[in-house]
Amino acid sequence: MPDEPTTHPPEPGPTKVTGRDRLAASLRKPGGRGQVTAGVLLLVLGFAAVVQVRSNTSDAEYVGARQDELISLINSLSLASDRAENEIAELEQTRSSLLNDTQARRTALERARQRADELGIMAGTLPAVGPGIQVTIRDPDNAVGSNNLINGIQELRDAGAEAIELNNTVRIVAQTALRDAPNGGVVVDGETITAPYVIEAIGGPHNLSSALDLRRGFTYEVERVGGEVGVARSDSVEIASVHEVPPSQYADPVPTE
Amino acid sequence: MIAGLGLVVGVLLGLLLQPEVPVWLQPYLPIAVVAALDAVFGALRAFLDGIFDDKVFVVSFVSNVLIAALIVYLGDQLGVGGQLSTGVIVVLGIRIFSNVAAIRRHLFHA
Repeated sequence: MPDEPTTHPPEPGPTKVTGRDRLAASLRKPGGRGQVTAGVLLLVLGFAAVVQVRSNTSDAEYVGARQDELISLINSLSLASDRAENEIAELEQTRSSLLNDTQARRTALERARQRADELGIMAGTLPAVGPGIQVTIRDPDNAVGSNNLINGIQELRDAGAEAIELNNTVRIVAQTALRDAPNGGVVVDGETITAPYVIEAIGGPHNLSSALDLRRGFTYEVERVGGEVGVARSDSVEIASVHEVPPSQYADPVPTE
Repeated sequence: MIAGLGLVVGVLLGLLLQPEVPVWLQPYLPIAVVAALDAVFGALRAFLDGIFDDKVFVVSFVSNVLIAALIVYLGDQLGVGGQLSTGVIVVLGIRIFSNVAAIRRHLFHA
């Protein structure tokens, strides 16, 4: 601390020496131990000041920060990162649960759709394609009736036919009714069809064709009344006609639960 | 004259060399610079008063810097480094202002 002791009392003189005079004199006349010392110390000061200013402006804002400031900074940063990590974990959990949800929903949808397809084929509401047989029945004597056709259809069903169609126009389903038309032909679900009858069935071709050839079976009966039966197996039988299901008027499903 | 030259040379050296401040020095350098400024203004005032003594100047310069650094170090150890360095800056600032006021009275008689 510059508690300057009065080792240099103001010079006694006729004229009072002011500070201004001293400054001017020292500027005019360099030299002396005091000036050199002051110069060295001021050099150090200038150097240090410039270095400090440069490091303050050029470096990042945290250089020169105090320890406790840095610690609190680090603490807040680690708190923030903890929070962010928690959030990440939560979001990931949500994401995986959503994914599971979607997966489950997709599986359920897939299953329901599959079931609807099966039921649609079974109920005749959907067109179907697959391996099967095509049975052509010629009836020159006009003697083949609905009985024969019903027999044949029953045999085919027994043998595992999944979809049956008559003459490319009528889909045979559980509700299908056949009866003889008054002047030849057969009325199927209100539609009259005439010979030659063509039954198309989807199922195992071998099973279906052998079911028709049973002893005293369908073929036998048709040939007995003078008809002809031709069976053609195929890898791709196409059944395009569908059965319109009227809304059920009386039957309601029994509630499950 | 030589003193002013020394200041200019020091600034130029700092600009030209552009040294990196060592990490251990970083908390102390700003306080040390302010303390040295205080010593310099005190010396200038003493010079204008006609009572300048280079020995006293050297001692006060060095002791100012050392004590300022010591206070900051102590404050860091005690966990009040920030507040203590603020206090040191305030005290030194007050001293600098009063010294500059005396210098102004000398130079401008006002």
